[in-house]
Amino acid sequence: MSAPPATRAEVCVAACAALFAGDGEILASPMGLIPSLGARLARLTGEPDLLLSDGEAHLLGTDGEVEGWLPYRRVFDVVASGRRHVVMGANQLDRHGNQNISCIGPHDRPTRQLLGVRGAPGNTVNHRTSYWVPRHSPRVFVPAVDAVSGVGHDRGFHHVHRVVTNLAVLDFGGPDHTMRLLSTHPGVAVEEVRAQTGFELVVEGAGVTRVPTERELGLLRAELDPQARRDREVP
Amino acid sequence: MREHPTGLRDKRMTADEVVGELDDGMTIGIGGWGSRRKPMSLVKALLRSPAKDLTVVSFGGPDVGLLCAAGMVRRVVCGFVSLDSIPYDPWFQRARQDGLVEAREYDEGMVVAGLRAAGQRLPFLPIRAGLGSDVMRWNPDLRTVRSPYGNAEELVAMPALRLDAALVHLNRADPHGNAAYLGPDPYFDDLFCLAAARRYVSCERIVSTEELRKEAPAQALLLNRMMVDGVVEAPGGARFTSCAPDYGRDEELQKEYAAAAKDPDGAWPAFYERFLEAA
Repeated sequence: MSAPPATRAEVCVAACAALFAGDGEILASPMGLIPSLGARLARLTGEPDLLLSDGEAHLLGTDGEVEGWLPYRRVFDVVASGRRHVVMGANQLDRHGNQNISCIGPHDRPTRQLLGVRGAPGNTVNHRTSYWVPRHSPRVFVPAVDAVSGVGHDRGFHHVHRVVTNLAVLDFGGPDHTMRLLSTHPGVAVEEVRAQTGFELVVEGAGVTRVPTERELGLLRAELDPQARRDREVP
Repeated sequence: MREHPTGLRDKRMTADEVVGELDDGMTIGIGGWGSRRKPMSLVKALLRSPAKDLTVVSFGGPDVGLLCAAGMVRRVVCGFVSLDSIPYDPWFQRARQDGLVEAREYDEGMVVAGLRAAGQRLPFLPIRAGLGSDVMRWNPDLRTVRSPYGNAEELVAMPALRLDAALVHLNRADPHGNAAYLGPDPYFDDLFCLAAARRYVSCERIVSTEELRKEAPAQALLLNRMMVDGVVEAPGGARFTSCAPDYGRDEELQKEYAAAAKDPDGAWPAFYERFLEAA
Protein backbone atom coordinates (compact mmCIF):
# COMPACT_ATOMS: atom_id res chain seq x y z
CA MET A 1 0.00 0.00 0.00
CA SER A 2 1.48 3.33 -0.97
CA ALA A 3 1.27 6.50 1.13
CA PRO A 4 -1.13 9.32 0.20
CA PRO A 5 0.43 11.71 -2.33
CA ALA A 6 2.43 14.69 -1.10
CA THR A 7 0.49 17.79 -0.05
CA ARG A 8 1.51 21.27 -1.13
CA ALA A 9 3.02 21.86 2.32
CA GLU A 10 5.12 18.72 1.98
CA VAL A 11 6.41 19.85 -1.42
CA CYS A 12 7.38 23.16 0.25
CA VAL A 13 9.19 21.36 3.08
CA ALA A 14 11.17 19.25 0.61
CA ALA A 15 12.02 22.41 -1.38
CA CYS A 16 13.26 24.02 1.85
CA ALA A 17 15.30 20.89 2.61
CA ALA A 18 16.91 21.18 -0.82
CA LEU A 19 18.09 24.71 0.06
CA PHE A 20 20.73 23.17 2.32
CA ALA A 21 22.13 20.75 -0.27
CA GLY A 22 25.91 20.88 -0.19
CA ASP A 23 26.07 23.09 2.91
CA GLY A 24 27.94 20.55 5.05
CA GLU A 25 28.90 21.34 8.64
CA ILE A 26 27.37 24.78 9.10
CA LEU A 27 24.60 26.28 11.22
CA ALA A 28 21.21 26.08 9.52
CA SER A 29 18.95 28.86 10.83
CA PRO A 30 15.45 28.34 9.50
CA MET A 31 12.83 30.89 10.59
CA GLY A 32 9.31 29.50 10.77
CA LEU A 33 7.73 26.06 10.67
CA ILE A 34 8.15 25.02 7.02
CA PRO A 35 11.85 26.00 6.78
CA SER A 36 12.49 24.34 10.17
CA LEU A 37 10.94 21.09 9.01
CA GLY A 38 12.97 21.44 5.82
CA ALA A 39 16.25 21.83 7.69
CA ARG A 40 15.50 18.85 9.93
CA LEU A 41 14.52 16.77 6.90
CA ALA A 42 17.76 17.78 5.16
CA ARG A 43 19.74 16.60 8.17
CA LEU A 44 17.96 13.23 8.17
CA THR A 45 18.61 12.75 4.45
CA GLY A 46 21.48 14.29 2.45
CA GLU A 47 23.02 16.75 4.93
CA PRO A 48 23.71 14.89 8.19
CA ASP A 49 26.42 17.36 9.28
CA LEU A 50 24.13 20.41 9.55
CA LEU A 51 23.95 22.07 12.98
CA LEU A 52 20.54 23.11 14.27
CA SER A 53 19.50 25.23 17.22
CA ASP A 54 16.40 24.88 19.37
CA GLY A 55 15.61 28.57 18.88
CA GLU A 56 16.78 29.24 22.43
CA ALA A 57 20.41 28.75 23.40
CA HIS A 58 21.12 25.12 22.50
CA LEU A 59 22.32 23.13 19.55
CA LEU A 60 20.29 19.96 19.24
CA GLY A 61 21.59 16.72 17.77
CA THR A 62 19.61 14.42 15.50
CA ASP A 63 18.32 12.62 18.61
CA GLY A 64 16.81 15.86 19.88
CA GLU A 65 19.30 16.08 22.75
CA VAL A 66 21.65 19.01 23.45
CA GLU A 67 24.98 18.82 21.64
CA GLY A 68 26.14 22.40 22.07
CA TRP A 69 25.64 25.88 23.54
CA LEU A 70 24.60 28.70 21.22
CA PRO A 71 23.34 31.76 23.07
CA TYR A 72 22.58 34.86 20.97
CA ARG A 73 26.06 36.27 21.41
CA ARG A 74 27.53 33.17 19.78
CA VAL A 75 25.04 33.35 16.95
CA PHE A 76 26.57 36.71 16.01
CA ASP A 77 30.02 35.12 16.05
CA VAL A 78 28.77 32.40 13.69
CA VAL A 79 27.19 35.04 11.43
CA ALA A 80 30.52 36.86 11.17
CA SER A 81 32.37 33.58 10.54
CA GLY A 82 30.18 32.89 7.53
CA ARG A 83 29.39 29.30 8.56
CA ARG A 84 25.64 29.72 8.43
CA HIS A 85 22.69 29.51 6.06
CA VAL A 86 19.63 31.45 7.19
CA VAL A 87 16.12 31.11 5.80
CA MET A 88 14.28 34.31 6.65
CA GLY A 89 10.78 35.56 6.02
CA ALA A 90 10.07 38.69 4.03
CA ASN A 91 7.32 41.29 4.11
CA GLN A 92 8.64 42.52 0.75
CA LEU A 93 11.17 41.14 -1.75
CA ASP A 94 12.34 42.68 -5.02
CA ARG A 95 13.79 41.07 -8.16
CA HIS A 96 17.35 41.56 -6.89
CA GLY A 97 16.66 39.83 -3.59
CA ASN A 98 16.46 42.95 -1.43
CA GLN A 99 14.25 42.10 1.54
CA ASN A 100 12.17 44.26 3.87
CA ILE A 101 11.10 43.24 7.37
CA SER A 102 11.45 46.74 8.84
CA CYS A 103 8.58 49.01 7.87
CA ILE A 104 6.13 49.98 5.14
CA GLY A 105 6.26 53.60 4.02
CA PRO A 106 8.89 56.19 4.92
CA HIS A 107 11.20 55.19 7.75
CA ASP A 108 10.86 58.44 9.69
CA ARG A 109 7.12 57.87 9.95
CA PRO A 110 6.08 54.49 8.59
CA THR A 111 2.52 53.65 7.62
CA ARG A 112 3.19 50.27 9.19
CA GLN A 113 5.97 49.45 11.61
CA LEU A 114 7.16 45.86 11.22
CA LEU A 115 9.86 43.97 13.18
CA GLY A 116 12.86 46.13 12.35
CA VAL A 117 15.90 45.03 10.33
CA ARG A 118 16.84 42.42 12.99
CA GLY A 119 19.93 40.53 11.79
CA ALA A 120 19.08 40.77 8.09
CA PRO A 121 21.79 43.31 7.09
CA GLY A 122 24.48 41.23 8.80
CA ASN A 123 23.19 37.90 7.55
CA THR A 124 23.10 38.96 3.92
CA VAL A 125 26.64 40.36 3.83
CA ASN A 126 28.16 37.45 5.74
CA HIS A 127 26.64 34.19 4.58
CA ARG A 128 24.17 32.38 2.39
CA THR A 129 20.58 33.57 2.75
CA SER A 130 17.33 32.11 1.45
CA TYR A 131 13.75 33.25 1.92
CA TRP A 132 10.47 31.51 2.67
CA VAL A 133 7.25 33.22 1.58
CA PRO A 134 4.10 31.33 2.66
CA ARG A 135 1.76 33.55 0.55
CA HIS A 136 3.22 34.33 -2.85
CA SER A 137 1.57 37.62 -3.87
CA PRO A 138 2.29 40.99 -5.51
CA ARG A 139 2.20 42.51 -2.02
CA VAL A 140 5.37 40.58 -1.17
CA PHE A 141 7.04 40.46 -4.60
CA VAL A 142 7.29 44.18 -5.29
CA PRO A 143 9.16 46.28 -7.87
CA ALA A 144 11.02 48.09 -5.07
CA VAL A 145 11.09 47.40 -1.33
CA ASP A 146 10.23 50.26 1.03
CA ALA A 147 13.22 49.45 3.24
CA VAL A 148 16.32 47.38 2.47
CA SER A 149 16.78 45.11 5.51
CA GLY A 150 18.37 42.12 3.77
CA VAL A 151 20.78 43.14 1.01
CA GLY A 152 20.19 41.92 -2.55
CA HIS A 153 22.47 41.09 -5.45
CA ASP A 154 22.40 44.58 -7.02
CA ARG A 155 24.01 46.09 -3.92
CA GLY A 156 27.20 44.20 -4.45
CA PHE A 157 27.18 41.73 -1.62
CA HIS A 158 26.73 38.13 -0.80
CA HIS A 159 24.79 35.20 -1.99
CA VAL A 160 21.03 35.28 -1.85
CA HIS A 161 20.44 31.66 -2.69
CA ARG A 162 16.80 30.89 -3.33
CA VAL A 163 13.23 31.81 -2.50
CA VAL A 164 10.70 29.09 -1.69
CA THR A 165 7.02 30.06 -1.71
CA ASN A 166 3.68 28.26 -1.51
CA LEU A 167 3.65 28.30 -5.33
CA ALA A 168 7.20 27.97 -6.56
CA VAL A 169 10.97 27.91 -6.13
CA LEU A 170 12.95 30.87 -7.45
CA ASP A 171 16.62 31.76 -7.67
CA PHE A 172 18.69 34.68 -8.96
CA GLY A 173 19.93 33.14 -12.19
CA GLY A 174 18.28 35.78 -14.41
CA PRO A 175 20.24 38.55 -16.18
CA ASP A 176 22.39 40.49 -13.66
CA HIS A 177 21.37 38.12 -10.88
CA THR A 178 17.68 38.94 -11.08
CA MET A 179 14.96 36.62 -9.90
CA ARG A 180 14.18 33.63 -12.05
CA LEU A 181 11.50 30.99 -11.76
CA LEU A 182 13.24 27.69 -11.14
CA SER A 183 10.17 25.49 -10.73
CA THR A 184 6.48 25.66 -10.00
CA HIS A 185 5.00 23.27 -7.48
CA PRO A 186 2.92 20.41 -8.99
CA GLY A 187 -0.48 21.80 -10.01
CA VAL A 188 0.66 25.44 -10.21
CA ALA A 189 0.73 27.13 -13.62
CA VAL A 190 3.58 29.43 -14.59
CA GLU A 191 0.95 32.08 -15.37
CA GLU A 192 -0.31 31.95 -11.79
CA VAL A 193 3.18 32.65 -10.44
CA ARG A 194 3.58 35.50 -12.92
CA ALA A 195 0.24 36.98 -11.90
CA GLN A 196 1.20 36.81 -8.22
CA THR A 197 4.57 38.49 -8.78
CA GLY A 198 4.73 42.29 -8.95
CA PHE A 199 7.62 42.43 -11.41
CA GLU A 200 8.71 40.75 -14.62
CA LEU A 201 10.02 37.29 -13.88
CA VAL A 202 12.37 35.23 -16.00
CA VAL A 203 10.45 31.98 -16.53
CA GLU A 204 12.26 30.30 -19.44
CA GLY A 205 13.32 26.78 -18.63
CA ALA A 206 11.26 26.53 -15.41
CA GLY A 207 10.48 22.97 -14.37
CA VAL A 208 8.26 21.33 -11.80
CA THR A 209 9.31 21.17 -8.14
CA ARG A 210 10.43 17.75 -7.03
CA VAL A 211 7.86 15.71 -5.11
CA PRO A 212 9.26 14.30 -1.85
CA THR A 213 10.23 10.64 -1.91
CA GLU A 214 8.31 8.05 0.08
CA ARG A 215 11.15 7.99 2.60
CA GLU A 216 11.01 11.78 3.01
CA LEU A 217 7.23 11.66 3.39
CA GLY A 218 7.58 8.91 5.97
CA LEU A 219 10.07 10.91 8.03
CA LEU A 220 8.00 14.06 7.79
CA ARG A 221 4.69 12.42 8.65
CA ALA A 222 5.82 9.98 11.32
CA GLU A 223 8.78 11.74 12.99
CA LEU A 224 9.08 15.43 12.25
CA ASP A 225 5.50 16.66 12.17
CA PRO A 226 3.02 13.96 13.19
CA GLN A 227 0.41 16.64 14.01
CA ALA A 228 0.59 17.86 10.38
CA ARG A 229 1.02 21.48 11.47
CA ARG A 230 2.61 22.02 8.03
CA ASP A 231 -0.72 21.56 6.29
CA ARG A 232 -2.27 24.34 8.35
CA GLU A 233 0.51 26.76 7.39
CA VAL A 234 0.24 25.94 3.70
CA PRO A 235 -3.24 24.65 2.86
CA MET B 1 25.62 53.34 50.66
CA ARG B 2 25.50 51.00 53.60
CA GLU B 3 28.43 49.04 54.90
CA HIS B 4 27.98 45.29 54.89
CA PRO B 5 29.29 43.19 57.84
CA THR B 6 32.01 41.87 55.52
CA GLY B 7 33.23 45.43 54.89
CA LEU B 8 32.18 45.27 51.26
CA ARG B 9 29.74 47.86 50.01
CA ASP B 10 26.08 46.94 50.38
CA LYS B 11 24.40 48.06 47.16
CA ARG B 12 20.87 46.99 47.96
CA MET B 13 18.24 49.55 47.05
CA THR B 14 14.61 49.78 45.95
CA ALA B 15 13.37 50.13 42.39
CA ASP B 16 12.11 53.62 43.20
CA GLU B 17 15.54 54.58 44.54
CA VAL B 18 17.05 53.43 41.23
CA VAL B 19 14.64 55.58 39.26
CA GLY B 20 15.41 58.50 41.60
CA GLU B 21 18.97 58.42 40.27
CA LEU B 22 17.84 58.78 36.63
CA ASP B 23 17.25 62.08 34.86
CA ASP B 24 15.20 63.32 31.94
CA GLY B 25 16.96 63.04 28.60
CA MET B 26 19.19 60.17 29.68
CA THR B 27 20.24 57.29 27.45
CA ILE B 28 19.10 54.12 29.19
CA GLY B 29 20.07 50.60 28.16
CA ILE B 30 17.62 47.84 29.03
CA GLY B 31 18.86 44.23 29.16
CA GLY B 32 17.18 41.00 28.10
CA TRP B 33 16.10 40.14 24.59
CA GLY B 34 12.63 40.60 23.04
CA SER B 35 10.20 39.29 25.62
CA ARG B 36 12.89 37.52 27.65
CA ARG B 37 14.36 38.48 31.03
CA LYS B 38 13.39 42.13 30.84
CA PRO B 39 13.83 44.13 34.08
CA MET B 40 10.09 44.79 34.23
CA SER B 41 10.03 45.80 37.92
CA LEU B 42 12.56 48.53 37.19
CA VAL B 43 10.64 49.51 34.05
CA LYS B 44 7.44 49.74 36.13
CA ALA B 45 9.19 52.02 38.63
CA LEU B 46 10.30 54.17 35.69
CA LEU B 47 6.70 54.22 34.40
CA ARG B 48 5.52 55.54 37.79
CA SER B 49 8.06 58.40 37.59
CA PRO B 50 7.79 61.66 35.63
CA ALA B 51 10.79 60.74 33.41
CA LYS B 52 10.76 62.09 29.86
CA ASP B 53 12.81 62.49 26.66
CA LEU B 54 14.58 59.19 27.20
CA THR B 55 16.73 57.47 24.63
CA VAL B 56 16.23 53.73 25.07
CA VAL B 57 18.79 51.20 23.83
CA SER B 58 17.27 47.73 23.82
CA PHE B 59 16.90 44.41 22.09
CA GLY B 60 13.34 45.57 22.25
CA GLY B 61 10.33 43.92 23.80
CA PRO B 62 7.46 45.15 25.97
CA ASP B 63 9.91 47.40 27.85
CA VAL B 64 10.05 49.62 24.78
CA GLY B 65 6.31 49.40 24.14
CA LEU B 66 5.40 50.37 27.71
CA LEU B 67 7.79 53.32 27.83
CA CYS B 68 6.42 54.51 24.47
CA ALA B 69 2.88 54.13 25.82
CA ALA B 70 3.80 56.41 28.71
CA GLY B 71 5.21 59.01 26.31
CA MET B 72 8.62 58.88 27.98
CA VAL B 73 10.68 58.00 24.92
CA ARG B 74 12.16 60.39 22.40
CA ARG B 75 14.36 57.89 20.61
CA VAL B 76 14.69 54.11 20.43
CA VAL B 77 18.04 52.58 19.46
CA CYS B 78 17.38 49.01 18.39
CA GLY B 79 17.48 46.30 15.79
CA PHE B 80 13.91 45.21 16.45
CA VAL B 81 11.00 45.42 18.85
CA SER B 82 9.07 42.16 19.26
CA LEU B 83 7.15 40.18 21.85
CA ASP B 84 8.60 36.94 20.36
CA SER B 85 5.44 34.80 20.51
CA ILE B 86 3.54 37.88 19.26
CA PRO B 87 5.57 39.41 16.42
CA TYR B 88 4.86 43.12 16.94
CA ASP B 89 4.49 45.37 19.97
CA PRO B 90 1.35 47.45 19.30
CA TRP B 91 2.52 50.46 21.35
CA PHE B 92 5.84 50.71 19.58
CA GLN B 93 4.05 50.36 16.25
CA ARG B 94 1.65 53.18 17.11
CA ALA B 95 4.39 55.44 18.44
CA ARG B 96 6.35 54.97 15.21
CA GLN B 97 3.33 55.31 12.93
CA ASP B 98 2.22 58.48 14.72
CA GLY B 99 5.74 59.90 14.45
CA LEU B 100 6.09 60.16 18.23
CA VAL B 101 9.43 58.35 18.55
CA GLU B 102 12.53 58.40 16.44
CA ALA B 103 14.05 55.00 15.62
CA ARG B 104 17.81 54.71 15.33
CA GLU B 105 17.63 51.35 13.67
CA TYR B 106 20.70 49.14 13.40
CA ASP B 107 21.38 45.50 12.63
CA GLU B 108 21.27 43.50 15.91
CA GLY B 109 24.96 42.71 15.56
CA MET B 110 25.71 46.42 15.16
CA VAL B 111 23.99 47.12 18.48
CA VAL B 112 26.18 44.45 20.09
CA ALA B 113 29.28 46.03 18.50
CA GLY B 114 28.22 49.49 19.71
CA LEU B 115 27.80 48.25 23.29
CA ARG B 116 31.15 46.45 23.15
CA ALA B 117 32.87 49.59 21.84
CA ALA B 118 31.40 51.64 24.69
CA GLY B 119 32.50 49.07 27.28
CA GLN B 120 36.00 49.01 25.86
CA ARG B 121 36.24 52.84 25.68
CA LEU B 122 36.68 52.62 21.91
CA PRO B 123 35.12 55.20 19.57
CA PHE B 124 33.83 52.44 17.29
CA LEU B 125 34.23 48.80 16.32
CA PRO B 126 34.34 47.58 12.72
CA ILE B 127 31.62 45.23 11.47
CA ARG B 128 30.37 44.06 8.08
CA ALA B 129 26.71 44.29 9.02
CA GLY B 130 24.92 47.33 7.64
CA LEU B 131 26.83 47.64 4.36
CA GLY B 132 24.47 47.97 1.42
CA SER B 133 21.36 48.14 3.63
CA ASP B 134 19.10 51.09 4.42
CA VAL B 135 20.63 51.21 7.90
CA MET B 136 23.33 53.34 6.25
CA ARG B 137 20.71 55.65 4.70
CA TRP B 138 18.66 56.05 7.90
CA ASN B 139 21.72 56.83 10.02
CA PRO B 140 23.60 59.34 7.86
CA ASP B 141 26.15 59.90 10.61
CA LEU B 142 27.35 56.30 10.22
CA ARG B 143 30.81 56.09 8.67
CA THR B 144 32.78 53.27 7.11
CA VAL B 145 36.49 52.52 7.51
CA ARG B 146 38.91 50.68 5.28
CA SER B 147 41.07 47.93 6.67
CA PRO B 148 44.70 49.12 6.92
CA TYR B 149 45.68 45.52 6.09
CA GLY B 150 45.42 43.29 3.03
CA ASN B 151 42.65 44.09 0.63
CA ALA B 152 41.53 47.33 2.32
CA GLU B 153 38.05 45.87 2.87
CA GLU B 154 35.39 48.48 3.63
CA LEU B 155 33.65 47.98 6.98
CA VAL B 156 31.06 49.85 8.99
CA ALA B 157 32.54 51.82 11.91
CA MET B 158 29.80 51.18 14.45
CA PRO B 159 30.02 54.04 16.97
CA ALA B 160 30.12 53.30 20.70
CA LEU B 161 26.66 53.21 22.29
CA ARG B 162 27.47 54.90 25.59
CA LEU B 163 24.75 54.58 28.19
CA ASP B 164 23.97 56.87 31.11
CA ALA B 165 22.36 53.94 32.89
CA ALA B 166 21.79 50.22 32.42
CA LEU B 167 18.84 48.27 33.82
CA VAL B 168 19.11 44.47 33.79
CA HIS B 169 17.41 41.54 35.51
CA LEU B 170 19.20 38.35 36.55
CA ASN B 171 18.21 35.32 38.57
CA ARG B 172 20.40 35.78 41.65
CA ALA B 173 22.68 38.45 43.06
CA ASP B 174 24.52 39.13 46.28
CA PRO B 175 24.25 42.51 48.06
CA HIS B 176 27.53 43.65 46.49
CA GLY B 177 26.53 43.27 42.84
CA ASN B 178 27.85 39.86 41.89
CA ALA B 179 25.05 38.34 39.84
CA ALA B 180 24.24 35.10 38.05
CA TYR B 181 21.96 34.01 35.24
CA LEU B 182 20.62 30.49 35.75
CA GLY B 183 18.89 30.10 32.39
CA PRO B 184 20.56 29.06 29.15
CA ASP B 185 21.29 32.50 27.68
CA PRO B 186 23.11 35.47 29.25
CA TYR B 187 21.74 37.73 26.48
CA PHE B 188 23.88 40.91 26.52
CA ASP B 189 23.32 42.11 30.08
CA ASP B 190 27.06 42.23 30.83
CA LEU B 191 27.65 44.42 27.79
CA PHE B 192 24.89 46.80 28.88
CA CYS B 193 26.53 47.16 32.29
CA LEU B 194 30.00 47.65 30.80
CA ALA B 195 28.67 50.35 28.46
CA ALA B 196 26.91 52.33 31.22
CA ALA B 197 27.93 55.01 33.70
CA ARG B 198 25.43 53.71 36.31
CA ARG B 199 24.49 50.04 36.46
CA TYR B 200 21.43 48.60 38.19
CA VAL B 201 20.57 44.92 38.46
CA SER B 202 17.29 43.56 39.74
CA CYS B 203 17.09 39.89 40.60
CA GLU B 204 14.68 37.19 41.69
CA ARG B 205 16.48 36.79 45.01
CA ILE B 206 19.34 38.49 46.81
CA VAL B 207 21.46 35.85 48.52
CA SER B 208 24.76 35.84 50.35
CA THR B 209 27.92 35.46 48.28
CA GLU B 210 28.30 32.01 49.78
CA GLU B 211 24.81 30.99 48.71
CA LEU B 212 25.34 32.51 45.25
CA ARG B 213 28.39 30.26 44.86
CA LYS B 214 26.27 27.23 45.73
CA GLU B 215 23.42 28.10 43.38
CA ALA B 216 25.39 29.10 40.31
CA PRO B 217 28.50 27.69 38.64
CA ALA B 218 31.27 30.29 38.43
CA GLN B 219 30.82 30.70 34.68
CA ALA B 220 27.19 31.75 35.24
CA LEU B 221 28.32 34.74 37.33
CA LEU B 222 27.77 37.17 34.46
CA LEU B 223 28.21 40.36 36.49
CA ASN B 224 30.83 41.04 39.11
CA ARG B 225 30.55 43.83 41.64
CA MET B 226 32.70 46.33 39.75
CA MET B 227 30.06 46.22 37.00
CA VAL B 228 27.14 47.07 39.32
CA ASP B 229 26.10 50.13 41.36
CA GLY B 230 22.74 49.02 42.69
CA VAL B 231 21.02 45.70 43.47
CA VAL B 232 17.24 45.42 43.74
CA GLU B 233 15.43 42.33 44.98
CA ALA B 234 12.41 41.87 42.72
CA PRO B 235 10.83 38.40 42.83
CA GLY B 236 8.91 37.95 39.59
CA GLY B 237 10.72 41.07 38.42
CA ALA B 238 10.81 40.05 34.76
CA ARG B 239 7.13 39.13 34.45
CA PHE B 240 5.39 38.84 32.00
CA THR B 241 8.61 38.20 30.12
CA SER B 242 10.49 34.96 30.77
CA CYS B 243 13.14 34.38 33.42
CA ALA B 244 14.29 30.79 32.96
CA PRO B 245 14.50 28.64 35.00
CA ASP B 246 12.54 30.56 37.65
CA TYR B 247 9.55 31.00 35.33
CA GLY B 248 8.60 31.05 31.68
CA ARG B 249 6.88 33.84 29.81
CA ASP B 250 3.34 34.52 31.04
CA GLU B 251 1.77 34.13 27.61
CA GLU B 252 -1.73 34.88 28.90
CA LEU B 253 -0.66 38.17 30.46
CA GLN B 254 1.35 39.06 27.38
CA LYS B 255 -1.70 38.41 25.19
CA GLU B 256 -3.72 40.65 27.48
CA TYR B 257 -1.05 43.34 27.21
CA ALA B 258 -1.00 43.17 23.42
CA ALA B 259 -4.80 43.16 23.14
CA ALA B 260 -5.14 46.12 25.53
CA ALA B 261 -2.36 47.95 23.70
CA LYS B 262 -4.40 47.70 20.51
CA ASP B 263 -7.31 49.37 22.29
CA PRO B 264 -5.75 52.46 23.89
CA ASP B 265 -9.03 54.22 24.65
CA GLY B 266 -10.85 51.09 25.78
CA ALA B 267 -9.11 48.23 27.56
CA TRP B 268 -5.72 49.92 28.06
CA PRO B 269 -6.25 52.23 31.09
CA ALA B 270 -7.66 49.45 33.29
CA PHE B 271 -4.99 46.98 32.15
CA TYR B 272 -2.23 49.50 32.73
CA GLU B 273 -3.39 50.37 36.23
CA ARG B 274 -3.61 46.71 37.18
CA PHE B 275 -0.26 45.98 35.57
CA LEU B 276 1.55 48.76 37.43
CA GLU B 277 0.08 47.74 40.78
CA ALA B 278 1.08 44.08 40.44
CA ALA B 279 4.41 43.35 42.11
